Amino acid sequence: MLALWLLINLVKDPTEFFSVAVIGLTNGSVYALIALGYTLVYGILQLINFAHGDVFSLGGLLSATVILDAFDLTAASSAVAIVIGVAVSLLIAVAFSSALNTTVELVGYRRLRNAPRLAPLITAVGMSFILQNVGLYFWGPNYTSTDNLIPNSAAFSIGGVDFQWDNLVVILLTMPLLLALTWLVTSTRQGKAMRATSQDPEAAAMMGINVNRTISFTFALAGGLAGAAGLLYVLQFTTIRFDQGFQLGLIAFTAAVLGGIGNLAGAVLGAVIIGLIEAFNEGLEWHAAGSDWTRSIVFGLLIAILVFRPEGLLGERTPEGA
Amino acid sequence: MSTARATFTERWRQLPDVVQRLALPALVLLLAILYPWYFGGLPGAFPAVETAVIMLIFTVMALGLNVVVGYAGLLDLGYVAFYAAGAYVAAWLASVQFEQVTFHLGSIGIVDTLPGIHISIWIVLVAAALFTTIVGVLIGLPTLRLRGDYLAIVTLGFGEIVPQVVRNGDDFGGFDLTHGTFGISPIDSIGFGNTLNDTLGLPASYQTSTNRAELFYLTALALLLFTVFCSVRLRDSRLGRAWIAIREDETAAAAMGVPLMRTKTWSYATGAFFGGLAGAFYAVFKSGAFPSDFFFNFSIFILCMVILGGMGSVWGVIVGGLVLSYLDREGLAKVGSFASDVLNRPIDVPKYAFGVYGAIIVAMMLFRPAGMIPEKRHRLEIDEGVESAAVASAEQGGDGRRGDG
Repeated sequence: MLALWLLINLVKDPTEFFSVAVIGLTNGSVYALIALGYTLVYGILQLINFAHGDVFSLGGLLSATVILDAFDLTAASSAVAIVIGVAVSLLIAVAFSSALNTTVELVGYRRLRNAPRLAPLITAVGMSFILQNVGLYFWGPNYTSTDNLIPNSAAFSIGGVDFQWDNLVVILLTMPLLLALTWLVTSTRQGKAMRATSQDPEAAAMMGINVNRTISFTFALAGGLAGAAGLLYVLQFTTIRFDQGFQLGLIAFTAAVLGGIGNLAGAVLGAVIIGLIEAFNEGLEWHAAGSDWTRSIVFGLLIAILVFRPEGLLGERTPEGA
Repeated sequence: MSTARATFTERWRQLPDVVQRLALPALVLLLAILYPWYFGGLPGAFPAVETAVIMLIFTVMALGLNVVVGYAGLLDLGYVAFYAAGAYVAAWLASVQFEQVTFHLGSIGIVDTLPGIHISIWIVLVAAALFTTIVGVLIGLPTLRLRGDYLAIVTLGFGEIVPQVVRNGDDFGGFDLTHGTFGISPIDSIGFGNTLNDTLGLPASYQTSTNRAELFYLTALALLLFTVFCSVRLRDSRLGRAWIAIREDETAAAAMGVPLMRTKTWSYATGAFFGGLAGAFYAVFKSGAFPSDFFFNFSIFILCMVILGGMGSVWGVIVGGLVLSYLDREGLAKVGSFASDVLNRPIDVPKYAFGVYGAIIVAMMLFRPAGMIPEKRHRLEIDEGVESAAVASAEQGGDGRRGDG
């Protein structure tokens, strides 16, 4: 059914189909950065960090402020100024968000590590509301908007399908981050420590791994990715508001679950699929449900995966069940 | 002075056991029933009767959620779905929404020829509660197999989907189910009709009565008492003990022969029942079901009441529900204006309401996880550790069955 619907849309208007797919891919790569944060933290603590989406939106708000106030960038600024400004705000957003996420863990979750499973989960929901209100306090209830810094003119086009600069930049910035993350987790000492801690914290501690520091590092890493995603979101959509992180966080979490939570490649795959589903639903002309129903579709998908295939697309079935 | 107190204590001890046990609840109940009549003499910080009605309704919801979260230990982050379901059943069965049909059954205060379904609100309240129970079972059956945090996410998903369906539900192939973002309004008035008014003096219609707030207050209080009664009786029943067993250790409970799925589904159904009942009554009170009321935040707001009071503790959840709903409706605004006066600059406290609730949740989880008034069984565990002999001996002494928590 779904494949048929996509096929008919493809045949009716191939140019539109692929343009929408590019948008989906762009959104998907922003989701991927957020989803990786959920998956990293879940992998090591088995905790759904509800506050993660709000770390993302605070990172985005801060980078928007840096772009607006520190660099005073507009669409008319020179290319060099834009590149420098975006790079600096990327660094600031990443540093701020990792610090914030680590603090959240330190204040909120560390004391509850041996508490019943629901305790840290409920705390995470509370943390999310606190962070949202921090955003509300400093940035107010309105959208913070920047100029469209990266022109949405076509960089190049293949067969009538335009690849716009802003989409391209987002995808080009995401890819190295993902590769760096994979390298970090699979090939460094710190990554080995993370994997060991996620398998068995006690055994890891006995092998001389500093479990607390490893967990803090994981949160810092996840926060950094969320901060980067915040900046990319601002570049792509030019507006951000204090309460957007929660929604986006849920969508990204769905992506992480779709791919198989705890699985890095799965999170990216899930995020791209969710991004495409969203874009197709909102962008295609022929019999699409439209943006009014996007959330219902995404959450309906989430429920369906959890009920029918809780281990996700790439996850492994565990004996205790997911 | 001290001798007077001593004789009083002695006299008190000599009173029959029943009197000692029931004196305090009876006094609280009396004060609660009479509240609308002495409220005028209290200082301004006390809630208005209209606010008190909402406080009571929200507390009913908190007690319903307490059955799911507190008793059975299943984290439900989508309780707002049940509230919405109850409110919309009330709106469907007692308004002009379905103008294609004209059906009247015991409705009051409207002409017989008015199109739409108009059923007596008393029946509607029961119907809404039962419908929501069915929704709860339908949501529960496929999802309750999931482990704790996954279940939380699924309920959250339902809590997001239901409001969106409600908001977009004004055009299902041309059929207007929910009237979209406008909501359904007005809902018929609750009351006893003219016949009962003439013979027994019961109020004919609440909405048109001069004592509107008082009537709603007393009815809401009756609903709360019913809910408290059910909560306490259920907790001490076979089913309630099975819930608590599942909460404490699912595997052990299953090994002891507790049927997990059926027991969990019952807790969901019970929680949904009260959510639907309270939701329908609230919609009747406001005379409308509006989709802007149904947001994820509301689920967390109700959850915060349960956590603040103490998960599983009936009296704690009542206090938590009353305190938080008071803060939400009047308290934070009053705190804000007080703080603005003292600090001499405007501080908009209600704007940060959910920051306050979030802070309450985190603080409670970190420093007092069992809540303000902990459930007795829970308190023993927290103080002594789960494996300690104190719990075992307390439970052997029958304490676990007839706890006050």
